Amino acid sequence: MAVLERRTEGLYCPAAEVWIDPSRPVERALITHAHADHARAGSGEYWAVNQSEGVLRQRLGREIKLNAVTYGEILTIGKAKISFHSAGHVLGSAQIRIEVGKEVWLVTGDYKRCHDPSCTPFEIVKCDVIITESTFGLPIYRWKTGHEITKEIHQWWSGESEHPSLLFCYAFGKAQRVLAELKALGINDEILLHGAVETVTRHYREAGIEMAKTCPVSAIERKNPLKGRLIIAPPSAYRSAWMKRFKEPQTAFASGWMTVRGARRRRGYERGFVLSDHADWPGLIQTIKESGAKRVYVTHGQDDVIARYLREVEGIEADSLKVLK
Amino acid sequence: MHQASFKTFGKLISGLDQCNATKTKINLISEFIKNIDPRDGSWILVLLMGNQKKRLITGRRLREILQSHSKIPTWLFDDCFAQVGDSAETISLLWPQVKHEHILDNHKLSEDLELAFSELKDSNCMQWWMETLLPKLKDLKDTSQKNAILLLWSSIPDADLYLINKLITGGFRIGVSKGIVVKSIAQSYGLDESTILERLMVTMEPDEKWFKTLTQPEDEKRTNRGAIPYPFYLASPVQIENIRETPATDWRLEYKWDGIRGQLIKRGSGAFLWSRGEELVNHVFPEIITMAEYLPKGTVLDGEILCWNQEADKPMPFASLQRRLGHKTVSKRLLKELPVVFMAYDIIESEQKDYRTYKLENRVKTLEKLYERHKHKCLLFRYNKQFTNWDELEKIRENAGQDGAEGLMIKKKDSCYLSGRKRGYWWKYKHEPMTLDAVLIYAQAGTGKRANLFTDYTFALWNDSNQISDERKLVSFAKAYSGLNNLELETLNRWIRINTIERFGPTRVVEQKQVFEIAFEGVMESKRHKCGLAVRFPRIHRWRIDKLATDADCIDQAHELLKKT
Repeated sequence: MAVLERRTEGLYCPAAEVWIDPSRPVERALITHAHADHARAGSGEYWAVNQSEGVLRQRLGREIKLNAVTYGEILTIGKAKISFHSAGHVLGSAQIRIEVGKEVWLVTGDYKRCHDPSCTPFEIVKCDVIITESTFGLPIYRWKTGHEITKEIHQWWSGESEHPSLLFCYAFGKAQRVLAELKALGINDEILLHGAVETVTRHYREAGIEMAKTCPVSAIERKNPLKGRLIIAPPSAYRSAWMKRFKEPQTAFASGWMTVRGARRRRGYERGFVLSDHADWPGLIQTIKESGAKRVYVTHGQDDVIARYLREVEGIEADSLKVLK
Repeated sequence: MHQASFKTFGKLISGLDQCNATKTKINLISEFIKNIDPRDGSWILVLLMGNQKKRLITGRRLREILQSHSKIPTWLFDDCFAQVGDSAETISLLWPQVKHEHILDNHKLSEDLELAFSELKDSNCMQWWMETLLPKLKDLKDTSQKNAILLLWSSIPDADLYLINKLITGGFRIGVSKGIVVKSIAQSYGLDESTILERLMVTMEPDEKWFKTLTQPEDEKRTNRGAIPYPFYLASPVQIENIRETPATDWRLEYKWDGIRGQLIKRGSGAFLWSRGEELVNHVFPEIITMAEYLPKGTVLDGEILCWNQEADKPMPFASLQRRLGHKTVSKRLLKELPVVFMAYDIIESEQKDYRTYKLENRVKTLEKLYERHKHKCLLFRYNKQFTNWDELEKIRENAGQDGAEGLMIKKKDSCYLSGRKRGYWWKYKHEPMTLDAVLIYAQAGTGKRANLFTDYTFALWNDSNQISDERKLVSFAKAYSGLNNLELETLNRWIRINTIERFGPTRVVEQKQVFEIAFEGVMESKRHKCGLAVRFPRIHRWRIDKLATDADCIDQAHELLKKT
């Protein structure tokens, strides 16, 4: 019997009777990380890494029944041994290792390989079968370090002293990574935050992550033109009523998608900073190889591309997760 | 005077690429071209306006070169190209990843190329890049071209790859409109925009003389403009509610003809026929040129080139004009089968005088007189439609349809002849388009801004009206690229990703479920299309989520429409 199988609610482990990142309410859910497409409300009981507890409770409800675990701690659930290992994606993100009998399966969740001062680094986990993400699974995607990109962001922002600079990025993870990198660069300026970024940033501060000084935009009187200030906001605020508060701002979007010029032009941002919390092409291939897995399932994005590449070029048995029964 | 190097040009381009404000773009360009060496300046302008004529090496060839150098399989390259939607850009993203894979097998370059490469610096002026290095690369064959390109890619910083590949493939476009460039030149050299537009109507040549002529001070007493046409004044689609408040008698009604907009010039220097694309089309329409020889010197007419059926006194379908355009030289048979006329509706120069500031009604009077004095079977003119009340409008538009026009033009009687698309004076009021409900069968990703987004759709109609027939099939009928809003595009893209049945290269075959109302301007018979019909200007009118694929229209219904036209 396979360690994991695909059900309508998501990946299911019969030996432990648990689901991983289920898309619908289930009895018992293991959560790789607190992003909305992985953590959904309504399940009976949750397991997740302790560092993600703050954001999880904020998003799924204070009252959820949550078992907080530490990285590497081995849980025995039913006939399975289950442990969470750092994925380097966002604060508290994990790969989930499941051992049943002699077989080890690994669900990577979302992960990245490059350094990020706002979360623990990726850990290599050996396994027999790996289920990997593939959001940026094309060779055109290769990242520079967050340090380099943040220097570019700083240059962009400090070059504009007459108008505000609006940097858009995901409110959970990317925003705090930028703040932590800015701190590491020795930036002492106070950065302004959109409400959605502000709430998540508080959880990062509680977890002891060092970040640049911040202040909610809403705490500043509306008359202030915010000349030369950097404001971080989620993409949903772009071209919204919220944005009217800023006079002739320069705009930028920080995301892996900004690699491709057309993707930026289509969204209308002036600048694009290529900064991603997912693995790039070399990162994906390296991770799959280092896991030692004999069988690979690929999901979330370029699954067909990565699977075919592994089969035809690397000679590794691989398929899109779609084929798993 | 300063030289523009590849490096500074690259900076200008990324500056333009990274701002959305028109004002900033104009400032950037006008600063850049101020006091520029004309030899570089001409190249900068030609490139900014996307008018680089010569394709030096095709994007496909560059892809071949990159692929030959790497062990990454071809299909994977293709997937990357589909994601990026631009050959030059894809290569600039992939080269840094693959450049270490192999060492060049053969370094040997010809002597002069070796010399060129030894001088390769991004501080070299643009003229050197465009006139020395790139044409040399173009002239090379097979392996030596491959090696030269690979060497070029390895020699320049990764950040310059995009620009150099864009220049090599000749597909350089940077999101500045012609209007922005015109405004920048005007600002930089203290000239009128209309002067620049006029000067730009001659063929662009990236050389010193062209740049100097373009930017020289205004000439007050210019008399003979040679073959140079005036910039066309363009009409916009009308919202009738918006002009109904004004007195109907302020407006002149004309038929709107579906032909090729043309400007016919007769001056001391000869007769010239320009199309709206600013191309000289004398050789395609010799009978119009012959007619123009009889016009008085110093006459410029604005009108429509049409294939005309003299007996029916009606234009032939637009496809006839396309057939005329398809031939470089016009045979006697073609002249007889598909005769053309010039339907004049405005006069912009008369007796060597610029008439553009005169009122439309006065210009038309002058045109009337000219027409009566110079009757010729290739020159047509239509008198004013009597029109005093807005309620008569629909009736007149209907008549226009019966007379073979595609609708009406509504022009302010006191309007000057402006340039470009300035709203408020000339409106077009076309017929309602024809529509059919068709089923989406294929989707393909677009390019450029629409890369990685399925925006090119193929639609199909049923070959049999019998809904319960088992042998009923969908036959492709039209392709459409526009008409959906961003939200619909996103929703449809998600649906396509989930409902792909098969992939042929970049094309996806999707479940035959989604029905769209397709609008178009006309139907013609066509041997090229599977269903035997071709439609003009097809676009998506509405997404019919209320309809099932079985409810879509069939080919017979399209044939019915054909009979009507």
